[in-house]
Formats: sequence, C-alpha cells, structure tokens
Amino acid sequence: MSFQRIWAMFVARNYEFFRDKAAFGWNFAFPFLIIIGFSIMFGHQDQKQFKIGIFPVDSPSSAFSQGTVPASLQTSKQLDFVTFPNQKEGEEKLRHYKIDLLLDRNSTTHAYWINEASPNGYLAEQIFLASFLSKDQPVAAKQVVHGEQIRYVDWFFPGVMAMNMMFSALWGVGFVVVRYRKNGTLKRLKATPLTAFEYLTAQMISRIFLLMFTLCVVWFGSNLIFHFQIHGSYLLVFFLFFLGGLNLCGMGLVLAARGTSEEFASGVLNIISWPMMFLSEVWFSLDGAPKWVRTSAEIFPLAHLLQAVRKVMNDGAGFAAVQNDVAFLGISTVVFLLIAAAIFSWNE
Amino acid sequence: MQEPILEIIHLKKVFRHIEAVKDVSFSVHRGTCFGLLGPNGAGKTTSMEVIEDISPQTAGEILYKGRPRNESFREEIGIQFQRTSLLNFLSVKETLISFHKLFHNPENMDELIDRCDLSSIINRQNTTLSGGQQQRLMLALALINKPDLVFLDEPSTGLDPQSRRNLWEIVEGIKREGKTIIMTTHSMEEAEFLCDEIAIMDGGMIIAQGSPKSLINTHCHGSTILLPRYALGMDIQDLPFSWRIRDDMIEIDTDNIHQGLTRMLDLNIELSEMLVRSGNLEDVFLRLTGKQLRD
Repeated sequence: MSFQRIWAMFVARNYEFFRDKAAFGWNFAFPFLIIIGFSIMFGHQDQKQFKIGIFPVDSPSSAFSQGTVPASLQTSKQLDFVTFPNQKEGEEKLRHYKIDLLLDRNSTTHAYWINEASPNGYLAEQIFLASFLSKDQPVAAKQVVHGEQIRYVDWFFPGVMAMNMMFSALWGVGFVVVRYRKNGTLKRLKATPLTAFEYLTAQMISRIFLLMFTLCVVWFGSNLIFHFQIHGSYLLVFFLFFLGGLNLCGMGLVLAARGTSEEFASGVLNIISWPMMFLSEVWFSLDGAPKWVRTSAEIFPLAHLLQAVRKVMNDGAGFAAVQNDVAFLGISTVVFLLIAAAIFSWNE
Repeated sequence: MQEPILEIIHLKKVFRHIEAVKDVSFSVHRGTCFGLLGPNGAGKTTSMEVIEDISPQTAGEILYKGRPRNESFREEIGIQFQRTSLLNFLSVKETLISFHKLFHNPENMDELIDRCDLSSIINRQNTTLSGGQQQRLMLALALINKPDLVFLDEPSTGLDPQSRRNLWEIVEGIKREGKTIIMTTHSMEEAEFLCDEIAIMDGGMIIAQGSPKSLINTHCHGSTILLPRYALGMDIQDLPFSWRIRDDMIEIDTDNIHQGLTRMLDLNIELSEMLVRSGNLEDVFLRLTGKQLRD
C-alpha cells in the first residue's frame, strides 16, 4: 500500500468537491435550512397538540361564553379551537383528520363527534370527557420531573446532521464512483499502479474529511442561533460522527463497487437510504413502534450513530455507555471496506 | 534484431457469447512501433486492453520481457486510451501532479510539459481543452512514468491535420528514445508513417502481418490508375479490371501498367486526365478486409 498514491487521490477528490460550487454550497445549505425550518415549525413552546372544532359560531369566544366548551379546556395549552358555520363543514374536516373533535354549540347535552380512525381523536375525546369530572375527585397523583429540559432542536439536530452525512456519503461516494466507471475515469486510473484498496481508501478519507468539515461549519453556524446543549463530551460526539461518517462512506463504496448505470445506482441508494432514515429515528422516536421494527432498525449504522450521539449530547453519557454502538460501527466499517475492495471493478 | 519485449501467444477473448479475439499471436520487438489495423469491430481495442491488463484474457499467454506480466508491469507501461475521461475540476497541471504521484519513477515534469507542448495550457481546466489539447494531455499521462512500452489506441482520432502532425512528431521522439510503441489507428497514412511493423486484424484474427513496405509489395504489387468518372465512356461493370470508386474518381488496379494502359486505349477510354500511383497501405487494407461497411 502506498500512502503517496492515497494522498494523490485524496487531494484530487478534494479539489473536485471544493470547486464544484453548486454541490459544495448545497452540502452546507441543506442541513442548515432543515434545522431552521423544523425549529420554526416545531420548536415553539405554545404549540397546540389537538384541534377542537365548534359549530355554528364565528369565534371561539362566543362558544366559550355559552359554556359549550368546559371551562377547564378553554385555557388548555394543548388545545386549539377552530370554528365552522355548520355541522357539514366540521364533519368534512373531521373526516380528513384536519380536526380531532367536533362540538355543537347549541347542544344542551354536549354532543360531540370524533373520527374513530384517528388516534388523536381518541385522545381528544378522553380529554373532553375528563373535563366533566368533578374537581375534588382524585384521578391520579401528579409528579413533576425536575432538571434541564431537552429542547426539540437539541434532540433533532444530531438527526439532521447524521441524515446529511448519510446522503453526502452514499451519493458523494457511491454515485460518483459509478459515474467515474461509466465515463472511463476509473479505467484510466487502472492503467496505473493504484490499487482498488488505495483508491477506495482515498475516496473514503476524502469524503470523511469533507463530512467533518461540513459538520463543523454547520454546527458552528447553527449553534450561534440555537445554543445547543451538549451534556456529554464534545470530543466523543465528534468521534462518533467521524466513525459514523466512515461507516456510511464504506457502505457507499460497497453499493458502488460494480455497475455503470447511474439510474440503477440511484435506485439502490434510495432503497437503502430512505428506510435507514425513517427507521433510525432521524425524524421521530421509534418508542412505541412494534418490537420487530425496533429490532430491524438495529441493522442500520445510522441508528447506532444516532443512538450514541444522542446519548452523549442529550443524556451526558460517556464512552462506556456507547461502546456497543462504537463497536458495531467500527467493525462494520472495516467489513464494508474489505468487501468493496474485494468486489470492486474498475471498468464496465 | 533484439529480443521481443512482448509476446502474444494464442490470445483469445470471449464476451459472453461473442468471440471478440480468436487465437491472435504476434511479437513486438524493443524500440519498434507496432501497428494494429483493422475495420471497426475487428478486435483491435479488445486485444489492446487485454494486453494492457485492463481486462482479462479468456485464453492464451502474454509475456512481457520474457515473463508473464507481474505487478511491475503497470509501472513500466503507458497507455493512451481511445475513450477515457479525467477527474473534473482539475487543471492540466494538477492532473499531471496527481498522476505523477502514482508512480515510483516518474518523468521530470518540466520535460514532459515541454515534450507534449502543454506549457500554454498548463493552468487550464481539463474540461475546457480542445480535442488536440486533450490528446496531448492524455499522451503526457501515458508517458508520465517513463514507460518502456507505450500503448496508443487511435491517438489521432478527431484531430485536425496540424494536431495530427504534432502528435506524430511526439511519437517519433518516443521512438528515438528506444521505447516500444503499440498503436491502433484507422489512418493508413499514420500507420505507414509511424509503424515499423503492422498486423491487420479482421473478425478477431490477424489476417496479414509485416512491415508496411512488405505488405504493399506482397498484396499490392501493381499500380493504380485514377480516372474521372465522366472519362470512362462505358458501363463501369464492363471494365475488365479490379476497380473501386472514391469521390468522383475511379481507381483501377493493374499488375502491369503498360498492359493496363494499352487495354484501356483499346476500349477508347479517355486518358488525358489520368493519374497513376503505386499501391499503398490503404489499398492493401481494402483488399484484405473488403469494402463492406462495418459497424
């Protein structure tokens, strides 16, 4: 193995990335825009959980004054009230999951409608019915968790960074290698002493360098706005992202080890990346999902990366708490690289 | 003559059900330029890529300096492919530097830039180069490791006459240094000018081999009379010679120029605008491979 040859390919690939202004800019803009967008959409403390429709009224306050809505619900932070001129319009919205519960202002018996197919409808109904219990009737003993809150953006940020890493690694390595094979660039390199292992290692190192560079820039920029709360070690978080990035690059190399069709490569990359993204808790937690779904998610490196990073960032965990995830990522990275080098084809 | 630097023994290459190369054997001697000629689909590029170790052979043996090719083979050969691409967003200089670092014993960069006339485009991006400039860069990459054996696959395709002449001068320079060249080309003029030995391939086999002169002497021992079409004055099918049409001219082959001209005068053919030339490599090529179009 020649480090000089690896270095030559590493430098050449970096030139390409940094000079491709469109791709370069998008790598920074994409995660930044997602973080800002989602924190605006979901980051508000006063976000309402359920929507209650009332008919026939012009404004919620007139329904409140008539006692259609129990007093205890009128000030609830989780409820948003929407009015309709008639029952038909309200039912239409209920059928399409736009609201969770519909109330009749004129009903003396507190008539209400729900969509039984809607999980939110059931919960809104329970809240509505509970509001009729008498105040002195003990239902449950309330306890409050004390300590610093984990904001949505603190939980969400590692997911966006990992997702960006995944797309950048799979497409930036996998797709590019297939394109190079198709246009003959790899064939030109095969006519030199460069080995497949050296070439793939250079591709991987180059991409991880770019991924970590992007991570640092986006992190720094986002942190100026959101002031992330990191409860564990910065160094460990950085290491986990580094290892995860290497792993995802390795996966990209395996997928691109053969073939010359960019369309086929794109299809394969989509088949891998989309389930991995949804099952790795990038967007939402899998707590409550069927056990087989949670077990299946364990095969994805992205899931281990995110579990580990969130443990460190949100819970302040140390290396010992994430060592299984580190082992999984480390071993699978080596396996990916060896498989890619073994089955790699330079030409069509 | 020196010992062969390369020996190809019963080479065969099959792609699934297509036999692209069938039992090809030849030797290339040090310091010579060996040309592989043939129509499209004859198996030239496939043979080259197998010999270059870009794709594996189905059967046969390839000996380099008397031994099977080993890991040092790639250090000692240079290849200019017929179709290839380079890394995007790199300048000519950066491309040369990248490839320079891939070899243990590379050529002096300044000499290489000078030899391939790259100094005026050294800071240009690869994607902005003209066809001739790209070919010069590709040739520089093929020479970057001071190779003993250089493969040139249709190096002048798409070049204007000036660029082609410039390329020939560079190739002549390589030959003068005692390096061995194997090339394919569709230009008979180029093959005649550069090659010391030629093998003509068709249908995956070598159908003729020798120096350009010996091939012409063997397969084209007569002369060719060129006449404007309008001067014939008779149905061309009735012409008692081997003939072919090129542009507005009829090319008539004859083994004996005196007898040929006498016969034509007997047929009252107008000879005032006649031209006579001796046979060339193109005549040999067309005679051996036929005139039918190939894909």
